[in-house]
Amino acid sequence: MAARRLSWLLSRSLSAASGPDSLLHSLGRNSGGGIRKWKRFSTAAAVDEVIIPQVQIPYTQHLIDGKFVDSASGKTFPTYDPRTGEVIAQVAEGDAEDINRAVVAARKAFDEGPWPKMTAYERCRILLRFADLVEKHRSELAALETWDNGKPYQQSFNDELPMFVRLFHYYAGWADKIHGMTVPADGKYHVQTLHEPIGVAGQIIPWNFPLLMFAWKVGPALACGNTIVLKTAEQTPLTALYVAKLLHEAGLPPGVVNIVSGYGPTAGAALASHMDVDKLAFTGSTETGKIVLELAARSNLKPVTLELGGKSPFIVYDDADVDQAVEVAHFALFFNQGQCCCAGSRTFVHERIYDEFLEKSKKRALKRVVGDPFKNGVEQGPQIDTEQFEKVLRYIRSGIESNATLECGGQRLGSKGFFIQPTVFSDVKDEMLIAQDEIFGPVQTILKFKDTEEVIRRANATRYGLAAGVFTKNVHTANTLMRALRVGTVWINCFDVFDAAIPFGGYKMSGTGREKGIYSLNNYLQIKAVVEPLKNPAWI
Amino acid sequence: MTSNGHATNDSSPSPPPPFKIPPIKFTNLFINGQFVHSLSGKEFETIDPRTGEVIVKISEGRKEDIDVAVQAARHAFDNGPWPRMSGAERARIMMKWADLIEENLEELAALDAIDAGKLFHLVKVLDIPAVASAIRYYAGAADKIHGEVLKASREFHAYTLMEPIGVVGHIIPWNFPSTMFAAKVSPSLAAGCTMVLKPAEQTPLSALFYAHLAKQAGIPDGVLNVVPGFGPTAGAAISSHMDIDKVSFTGSTDVGRAIMHAAASSNLKPVSLELGGKSPLVIFDDADVDKAADLALLGILFNKGEICVASSRVFVQEGIYDEFEKKLVEKAKAWVVGDPFDPKSQQGPQVDKNQFEKILSYIEIGKQEGATLLTGGKRVGNKGYYIEPTIFSNVKEDMRIAQDEIFGPVLALMKFRSIEEAIKGANNSRYGLAAGIVTKNIDTANTVSRSIRAGIVWINCYFAFGNDIPYGGYKQSGFGRDFGLEALHKYLQVKSVVTPIYNSPWL
Repeated sequence: MAARRLSWLLSRSLSAASGPDSLLHSLGRNSGGGIRKWKRFSTAAAVDEVIIPQVQIPYTQHLIDGKFVDSASGKTFPTYDPRTGEVIAQVAEGDAEDINRAVVAARKAFDEGPWPKMTAYERCRILLRFADLVEKHRSELAALETWDNGKPYQQSFNDELPMFVRLFHYYAGWADKIHGMTVPADGKYHVQTLHEPIGVAGQIIPWNFPLLMFAWKVGPALACGNTIVLKTAEQTPLTALYVAKLLHEAGLPPGVVNIVSGYGPTAGAALASHMDVDKLAFTGSTETGKIVLELAARSNLKPVTLELGGKSPFIVYDDADVDQAVEVAHFALFFNQGQCCCAGSRTFVHERIYDEFLEKSKKRALKRVVGDPFKNGVEQGPQIDTEQFEKVLRYIRSGIESNATLECGGQRLGSKGFFIQPTVFSDVKDEMLIAQDEIFGPVQTILKFKDTEEVIRRANATRYGLAAGVFTKNVHTANTLMRALRVGTVWINCFDVFDAAIPFGGYKMSGTGREKGIYSLNNYLQIKAVVEPLKNPAWI
Repeated sequence: MTSNGHATNDSSPSPPPPFKIPPIKFTNLFINGQFVHSLSGKEFETIDPRTGEVIVKISEGRKEDIDVAVQAARHAFDNGPWPRMSGAERARIMMKWADLIEENLEELAALDAIDAGKLFHLVKVLDIPAVASAIRYYAGAADKIHGEVLKASREFHAYTLMEPIGVVGHIIPWNFPSTMFAAKVSPSLAAGCTMVLKPAEQTPLSALFYAHLAKQAGIPDGVLNVVPGFGPTAGAAISSHMDIDKVSFTGSTDVGRAIMHAAASSNLKPVSLELGGKSPLVIFDDADVDKAADLALLGILFNKGEICVASSRVFVQEGIYDEFEKKLVEKAKAWVVGDPFDPKSQQGPQVDKNQFEKILSYIEIGKQEGATLLTGGKRVGNKGYYIEPTIFSNVKEDMRIAQDEIFGPVLALMKFRSIEEAIKGANNSRYGLAAGIVTKNIDTANTVSRSIRAGIVWINCYFAFGNDIPYGGYKQSGFGRDFGLEALHKYLQVKSVVTPIYNSPWL
């Protein structure tokens, strides 16, 4: 039953009445100027002659108990190049049986060791060696990540791979610093808390940052001494298999990290409802998060960490440096093709600078370089897949229909792959769908505000609460908004600053729990209180 | 063979080992990233305690050299990259340093063995790996130094910043030249401080080698300065320097007192002191006697008794006392004293002539005070500074051998009846560094561990150190803690930042 619902939510069928071509036709008048500009970037050429990445695809099977294995069913599924929609590779397709095999391996590795029984320093050394190996394979991994996901190679190589390494260094450093406490008692008792690994962790990660999401999940779970079954997104199964292989090369015992590729309704649901999985961590859409939580509740009540959708406000005051705010707001939305859960997707601009901000934002969006993500200088690649691509175009249509002003963009780019023009809407009203829903694409919606009280109310009027940006030079404004916004991260005069030590997570329907930072360890620890009576203590 | 059965010969403790001692590469002061001669041109000799012969001459740092080193550290702190790097960047450099240390493990171990008379085979598996692991531990802590956001009583937003304290002066002892170096340097580096370190004049060699590797790893010039020299000159210059923000010292209680005094009369720099000890090991009737005897013997003989946490007072409950005493003496007699490069050796020579003579004089004092010498009591051989494992019984709590830190292989054995008596006896000391308890009874273990006034209590173990386990003293054993995240706090200033907030939805 639940699996069927999941299937419905994850199905690729779209009820979009008009395809991208008719959209292009209907928008022709609005974005005529834009089209000429876009031709300058010769995106069509980028799609026609794709750059072939210099990387092999060595691993396409599940990694279970330290070995690469086929699915029990023998089934495979294709993973696509979002630049062309063509198949990159056939990957083993896991379902309940494969999840079960992986859980058995993880259970054994947890119950019998050696992983949780090793010294923390030994675990630390393995994670450090792993980070070194990833550094060594940085260019292959970055290429594979870009190939499977469509994000700019420069972003993969210069930002995401180093951040991946950084996260594992960070968590390696935690392994030998996980402290329980000794606790005061009301009477003659000696009380302590043991912070124990929670057991077998099930982890389901999304496709927008395949490697970084792997690091956010696997890093803390391993540092705390757990074992893992991780399901990758069906859109991006490749890099997780590669790094998991390197983890084993670094000395990770078999069964500690198991990777199963597959779909949500089958493999994901099996993991979420497994009776022998002690913990579940999920990053993805709010809809799927609800199902995951339900499955956990109906099975063995495993605790769940959820990092879900967002519709994060980006608030620009009239005292802000407008040029800087425009650039950061642009980045906050368009980064990673707009496929960020914390994207600054509601840009609130103070009325006194609204016109200037809008003009400059539009100019910036028109300058955004879209094309083959393997090409140097390209800022934006294709959306991940046809489903997302069509969903984004549908929302653009909805924006136009609800009388928001399309300032630029609004169309697909080229005739192949999932490229979408950087799109900016102005005159957006709070109740419009494009101001309510998570679009997860390169669509910036700009709204006007007058005063602090109003903008706080409007910024909080959403079911989400993941992040917010505030641009102001006024310390009082910053301090007030910082506390008033009901979100898990507030970036003041910056955005998307994602250090390893900074916790990340949501209020409201953006999820529960925090990843990264010291807080992330709590997701993977059980706390056990130990109480003993004291005889004639010198003090209590 | 000596009369008490130690596996040694008369002329020298054991034949010279096949190990070839590496040529000594670094003998000058390490200041601002360079090896330099001392300004005075003076040198001092560092001695091989196996023979009393000179290993090499070392540049002798004095006040004027400390001044130059402090200037370099000050500049590196005020203007340099080190405190301005992210903790993660500092961590990467420190990780590299740890790797380099492991690559040079054999040579570093040889330096400590020849300079301090430490057992080469043990230094290789204990001290040097411990240096690498401590550096990695604190590298891992460099990006985890959290301040707090505070609860203000009114409409204020308040938080704490944990800032590096500045230029640190470290003065370290000769008994663990490597471990003490790591214990001091790594947390202060992680915190973002710069520093001037004075190694003990007996053991300057490994510290200079570590400094060389630090530079190779990428620690910027001026961050870590190593100035060998003597306490009354170089050490005093550090503790009374007006531009040093913190002094961290490990050594004797008397010198610790002088350092604190100098800090007080100069710029009131905060001081942390890890000083002497006279640590009790309390063994109850329900203990496994054989294992307890092993523990007691190791507790006093490890590193020739030259360890501030040595179990130099062993209290044994009367029900097992006789059996324990017999076993302890047997085991002490089988203990092998010999050349530290001989893998069969369990105990090398004392570090220098001073210590050697001091220990022998305490053995005389013990006899004069009326304690019973059960075994040992003499030098071994006629060359170098080897001393027999020595055990006194019938020791009274007020005897000097039960009160003073001897810092050698001399154990004072005492008998007790009740748990209360044991606690009272264990606490009858001006020191409070460590303690051991051997018992199977959970109530005894819990009661005694809370009652003994010491910075670390080992239950059914001894010398169980760990990077994450802080230790340091109560009473005249000092204050402040080395190791663990506690140690970071010695090198951090806490700054509270407070600003008004308006219309906050919560307070």
